[in-house]
Amino acid sequence: MSQRISPYRYRHGLRDGLPIGLGYLSVSFGFGISAVGEGLRVLEALIISMTNLTSAGQVAGVTVIVAAGTLFEMILTQLVINLRYSLMGITLTQRLDARCTTPRRMLMSFGLTDEIFAVAVSKPYPVGPSYFYGLMTLPYIGWAGGTLLGALAGQILPTELRMSMGIMIYAMFVAIVLPPAKKEHGVALVVMLAAALSCCVRFLPFLQWISGGFSIIICAVIAAAVMAIVKPISEDPSDGDGGQAHEA
Amino acid sequence: MRLSILIYIAVMALTTYLVRMIPVTAFRKKITSRFARSFFYYIPYAVLAAMTFPAIFYSTGSLLSAAVGLAVAMVLAWKSCSLIVVSLAASLAAFLVSLLPF
Repeated sequence: MSQRISPYRYRHGLRDGLPIGLGYLSVSFGFGISAVGEGLRVLEALIISMTNLTSAGQVAGVTVIVAAGTLFEMILTQLVINLRYSLMGITLTQRLDARCTTPRRMLMSFGLTDEIFAVAVSKPYPVGPSYFYGLMTLPYIGWAGGTLLGALAGQILPTELRMSMGIMIYAMFVAIVLPPAKKEHGVALVVMLAAALSCCVRFLPFLQWISGGFSIIICAVIAAAVMAIVKPISEDPSDGDGGQAHEA
Repeated sequence: MRLSILIYIAVMALTTYLVRMIPVTAFRKKITSRFARSFFYYIPYAVLAAMTFPAIFYSTGSLLSAAVGLAVAMVLAWKSCSLIVVSLAASLAAFLVSLLPF
């Protein structure tokens, strides 16, 4: 925990958050279309985005809702998929200035996404609440606004166009995973293992009783645990931020 | 608004928030277990992969257009294009394929 007062203001955060917000706008457009395509109403899709602010968790959450899964399944799914935020949160605490009191941290943590985390921890000086609020603002507006536009567009766009946009959110997942997989064998292997397991659950007759939400959890946990044993990351604890670690 | 869906969303949002909030407010140390750190490091990639495959093939309603969209996404992602570019290009490719007369 750093006690230094951050030099960054709200407007600095706002500026740094602009590209994230624009990115979120287009991706959440895809989420809005997918969610309505799965049978959710426009307002329901919007509320999900306004209260969750997480792409992967929301897609999985819609899977659970549509399949009428149990609330236990919902909790477990969100817990596993969003577990990375816990590790990011721990890393973030090392980079916060003295003004980050507990109530402020409670507000800041709502805006902790992969991209916001990456920007916040990459600043040369510790960050304070005002900078972080600025950083959260445009991504939040972009995420909620894009979802609303996508959900509305999903009802009026021609079928072919709407259907084609269903691939957007998955294409974004590919874009997140491929560059690090190219650089690190461990990441490439965990991706291939998880994808293979997921396909097994989907296509092997004796595994088809496993529902969508649980399938994601089971496949991801097995793949990550196997790789954590086979190819653990470097021993240096300062690397343990869930995104910046390097091979030993 | 349907009440059952609202309950799902509330549970979903609360879980997501607590996962984010508790470590940021309460945690002051670093995880030292190498297995745990490795697991945490790999889990986001594993989740994304499990969510994408095989679901991406059913995301457009046509196996062919989805496969072409995926191929375009992989090529552009391999070249480290930004998330927006990859998303839009994959969608555009799937759309163009869906216009084909077969």
